[in-house]
Amino acid sequence: MRRRSDLGAKLISAPYVVWDILFIVAPLIFVVYYSFTTKSGDFTFDNITQLSRFIPTFIRSIWFGIEATLICLVIAFPTAYIISQRTDRIQRTMVLLVMLPMWTSFLIRTYSWMLILDNNGIINSVLTSLNQAPVRLLGSNAVVLGMVYNFLPYMILPIYSVMAKLDYSMVEAAQDLGGNRATVIKRCIIPMSMPGVVSGITMVFVPSVSTFYISQKLGGGIDLIGDVIERQFQLTQNYNLGASISLVLMVLILVSMAVMNKFSDEGEMVL
Amino acid sequence: MKDNVIIDLKNISVSYGDNKVLDNLNLYIRDKEFITFLGPSGCGKTTTLRVIAGFIDPDDGEVIFDGKKINDIPPHKRNVNTIFQRYALFPHLNVYENVAFGLRIKKMPEKQIKETVEEMLALVNLKGFNKRNINSLSGGQQQRVAIARALAVHPRVLLLDEPLGALDLKLRKDMQVELKNIQQRLGITFVYVTHDQEEALSMSDTIVVMDGGLIQQIGTPTDIYNEPKNAFVADFIGESNILDGVMLEDCLVEFSGHRFECLDKGFMKNESVDVVVRPEDVDVVKPEEGMLKGVVSSVTFKGVHYEIIVDIGGFKWMIQTTDYQPEGANIGLFIEPDAIHIMKKSKYSGLYGDYSSFSDEFDELSIVEEEEE
Repeated sequence: MRRRSDLGAKLISAPYVVWDILFIVAPLIFVVYYSFTTKSGDFTFDNITQLSRFIPTFIRSIWFGIEATLICLVIAFPTAYIISQRTDRIQRTMVLLVMLPMWTSFLIRTYSWMLILDNNGIINSVLTSLNQAPVRLLGSNAVVLGMVYNFLPYMILPIYSVMAKLDYSMVEAAQDLGGNRATVIKRCIIPMSMPGVVSGITMVFVPSVSTFYISQKLGGGIDLIGDVIERQFQLTQNYNLGASISLVLMVLILVSMAVMNKFSDEGEMVL
Repeated sequence: MKDNVIIDLKNISVSYGDNKVLDNLNLYIRDKEFITFLGPSGCGKTTTLRVIAGFIDPDDGEVIFDGKKINDIPPHKRNVNTIFQRYALFPHLNVYENVAFGLRIKKMPEKQIKETVEEMLALVNLKGFNKRNINSLSGGQQQRVAIARALAVHPRVLLLDEPLGALDLKLRKDMQVELKNIQQRLGITFVYVTHDQEEALSMSDTIVVMDGGLIQQIGTPTDIYNEPKNAFVADFIGESNILDGVMLEDCLVEFSGHRFECLDKGFMKNESVDVVVRPEDVDVVKPEEGMLKGVVSSVTFKGVHYEIIVDIGGFKWMIQTTDYQPEGANIGLFIEPDAIHIMKKSKYSGLYGDYSSFSDEFDELSIVEEEEE
């Protein structure tokens, strides 16, 4: 009986294992392989060593990612808390509203922002029609805005889903032991929402750091590391350099996440 | 009568929509007593507790604590603490920090916090558990942490909301004794909510029996057991044979076609009443010596005694006796005057019937379900 169910479990999981190997493990191996080889397939460190010229781009990407993540967190935490305090019906509606923008294509949403913020965009046409000087809106702030706008739901939803499941009697227990509203939020709700915060940070930070479309449309010439990678594949067809940048970016993201996780763990203890 | 009252509930009403959960409830609680709210689920006992804790604002009525009205005082400023049904321990904190939670909010110096926490953990027999994770503890241990956490802030009154409901029988009995000890040692008021009549009888100084948002009876455990006010109380507390009777005159009642001497007075002549006879108060005798005669329809061995169901003129009595009576035997029943308790008719009269549908199987089934959980 037991043996049969083991076999069954294996059979059921087989497609996923095959899928994982085909589309996650294999591409990773390719990335590593291309990173350390020349076009002709010889082993080399050149791809890695010449990355030093992209250091400012790496730093800018990570900085923008951190900015966007923090802004998302500041907006999302209270939003998620407010949603989680409503009745079930209102909660469902509010969650639906949070997810609504995600039903439109990411490309169209970003493109629309460009139409709004562009030098000849909606805001500037209004300004000129009122005889005001046009403002240059595209640039780094617009890129961060684009990231926040696109990735905010990915911060709200995980935090909300943790908060919605919080046992309310713990909040009552904290009140019971003398905690006023602020204390209850600080010592009870924030620490207990940490799992949601951590996964929200991951889900916003990672796509923010590696995005290229947002910076292309809203950056007004600002280059992020995603743009550089895209160019290596689309324009110069230098797969080896592109792969090495991706590899380094991946390592940087992993390191950032590790630092953030450690930070949030310690934060929990301090709180 | 009303000396050293610590909590006084006056005309408290609470409703959720059309559902009246508490209906004009009046109750006072004396300082340092162990008082139990007892009743079936939905009777309003937990609501009463939450009104005292401050989590529910009553629609009507006054909550008086130590002579002052506290209706508008939020829970965190009330000198009462609660043990929650599911303990509500903080999973992100270890045992020490859970117990220290209330002390840290009070901004107590670290040295004093340490002393108090150690003292509380010793009180609940959890010495050395300081660094343990909450989720690694058993139900009984979590229960102890919850008690230590609530007592650490030195409340005047401890509210306990079915605190032992999630524990198994053996542990529950041990904790009952321990809770009673703690209450007596610390000399604080315990307000205890339970649906378990045995728990209520063995721990309380005062029992408040509730049903349908109303208090049915307040009294000591012995009063409640021996002198139930109506059929609901008689049925809910312990086993009882509840019969229709007619009070012929003071100390003389007729039921089951026989006249009995009893000790109850003050009823109208020929007033119809409810008669309670506890199963352990009936003596089994030879048929010709009995006041009532019947046939044994089932026998269950209970360890200390046999529980027999006797058919007397169609009404099934439950009787507990130490002498074995075979099924189908003709026996007589002898009832002493002090074994008979007379109650006025109430809206509960006639609701409980006899023991014809009584079966141990129900108990056994529910135990199996609990184990499977």
